[in-house]
Amino acid sequence: MTADDVVLSAEVFEAFRTAIADGPIDFDDLYARYDHETERFEFETTETTRTGLSEAGLHEAAEEYASYITNWWFVSSVLDDRSPDRVGFVRWLEAASEHSVPARYDALASGVSRSWGELHITATIDEFGDRSYELRHEDDTNVSADSLDAHSNPLDAREIGTFDERDRYRPLRTAPSLPTGWVFSDLSAIEVCETVDTFYPATIANWYRESDGTLDIDHWRDTAERQTGIYGIIDELDEAAVNRIAASCCVDSQCLKRREWEYDAETELAADGGSGVFPCREPCSLVVAAARKWTTLEREEPQTYEFELTPSEKEQLEALIDAVADDRTDDIREADVYEGANRYRARYLREKRIDEHGNLSGTPTHPEESEE
Amino acid sequence: MQSLVIVAHGSHLNPDSSVPTHNHADTIRAVGAFDEVRTGFWKEAPSLREVLRTVEGDEIYVVPLFISEGYFTEQVIPRELRLDGWDVSEWDSDGLSASHTVLTATDIDREVHYCGPVGTHEAMTDVLVRRAESVTGDPDVGDGFGFAVVGHGTERNENSAKAIEYHADRIREMDRFDEVQALYMDEEPEVDDVTDYFESEDVVVVPLFIADGFHTQEDIPEDMGLTDDYRTGYDVPAVVDGHRIWYAGAVGTEGLTADVILERAEEAGASIGNALEAVRERTRSTGTSDSAGSNEPAMGD
Repeated sequence: MTADDVVLSAEVFEAFRTAIADGPIDFDDLYARYDHETERFEFETTETTRTGLSEAGLHEAAEEYASYITNWWFVSSVLDDRSPDRVGFVRWLEAASEHSVPARYDALASGVSRSWGELHITATIDEFGDRSYELRHEDDTNVSADSLDAHSNPLDAREIGTFDERDRYRPLRTAPSLPTGWVFSDLSAIEVCETVDTFYPATIANWYRESDGTLDIDHWRDTAERQTGIYGIIDELDEAAVNRIAASCCVDSQCLKRREWEYDAETELAADGGSGVFPCREPCSLVVAAARKWTTLEREEPQTYEFELTPSEKEQLEALIDAVADDRTDDIREADVYEGANRYRARYLREKRIDEHGNLSGTPTHPEESEE
Repeated sequence: MQSLVIVAHGSHLNPDSSVPTHNHADTIRAVGAFDEVRTGFWKEAPSLREVLRTVEGDEIYVVPLFISEGYFTEQVIPRELRLDGWDVSEWDSDGLSASHTVLTATDIDREVHYCGPVGTHEAMTDVLVRRAESVTGDPDVGDGFGFAVVGHGTERNENSAKAIEYHADRIREMDRFDEVQALYMDEEPEVDDVTDYFESEDVVVVPLFIADGFHTQEDIPEDMGLTDDYRTGYDVPAVVDGHRIWYAGAVGTEGLTADVILERAEEAGASIGNALEAVRERTRSTGTSDSAGSNEPAMGD
């Protein structure tokens, strides 16, 4: 199918004619108006300009350029009472601002795909200009839909997104750990918004505000100073600590939102904010809760300890930290003793270097207390 | 367009924490009382900060799925939702009587009807009783049974105990159960000594909590002696000191809780048609998100 094959239904033409009688239409390369004095229509697209049209002439033009009319109808009827962010998102899905209506229809006929976090969303169009949407995990892009679990209710996304591939709870919905193996098919424009907003709550609203130039960003200091109760202490953290938090929690490997908040409006953080499509407008509750722990940890003074380790043992400790920080412990094979974070290697190190009290190299954590 | 926003605590550690919120939202969606039903959380997404910007309606009712008036309903929720000009005096409450107020949410520059928590609504008493019916499997349970309502106590929030007493008094006034007692986790009369407070052989124990978690699945079953180790589960009923203890788990998991959410919104001005009847019918016929007797351990937050 191409844009030329689009069929204009009697219902859509009638809606179009009635709308023009109420006032001109000026939308996406389509301009049409009715002159009440001359009782004639004007019809204009990027491809044609026709004036002095009778109703029959208008009908003929509308049929010839049916893609423009159905495109107007889609936005004015289907998306009519929806919030601007959802309309903006649906239009973004088909790259409405980048291509002419016929070019867009030609592309939609074979499917236009976009990425949103780990979601792969494909918009298609039928001969009446009605859109439908398919949504799946980006890692399943080349998988046959028949081999994926089929869903049609947007709220199913809630359950899919609650656990990762290994059945671990995902407290952070925008973590890059969405499981694969499912597909939502034949969604309407409204349903695709609902589904996306269930996988990644509020991302459409924030993305739209950003594109509109109205994203409200609450930087670290604003957020920290707002806290009360057990989180009231996190404003103690200095910029260096906040930078470590951002580097630990907010990079693309941990969260798909693009961090837009900084230490404060004047002080940018050096940590990478990421390259996600949708923005992060303030430290989230996970960051705040973790920051509380780091606030209490940062109150401690450094202390000098003396440990005895072989060079390889020092490197093994570093490898252990890396494996945990990069969530690789489950990937290290049981017999791969060449990996420092291998379980047998860790057990051997514990046997050798940690005493019966759990102290590394037999060195007490609080030497003064243990002397008493 | 009329919108309902249910706000709740949620958890970073326990996936069960938000389940009742989602279940009740689904129930209310199914009866079509609102054009849209949204959920927002302190610990999950969308956050309280951002939930209102996902709402499309112009008549917005916010109902806190919390047990009592206190820190969350009076400080955290109004602050995070950015309810302009909020002051606790708006509610003119004695700790139990917060109903609703109208304020502008500056995040969306629209008015919001901010309601009192579900836990202090009188209809919650019916949910406690329904929970007893669910756990015993007897729609007429009462005769020969004692009923214990369990809460935190005053240590963390004075209003928390008020809500427990309030519902215990109301159940007592029904004259349906032989004995009714309020019990607490951290003060006298303590839930640990549940069997000391009842003569009835059968006792239904219902914690006034929104979701099952550390307290309702680990602490209370162990404190009452239903089990030595929550991980091994417990029987319903379980025999303790010659009493059969019918431990129901968190009242908020009972499907009828959706009714209380609707009552709060209706009292704030929402027009919900016959949704209350529909929810009562629906939650009776479809049963509950039952967790009593579950062997599943859960982490608190």
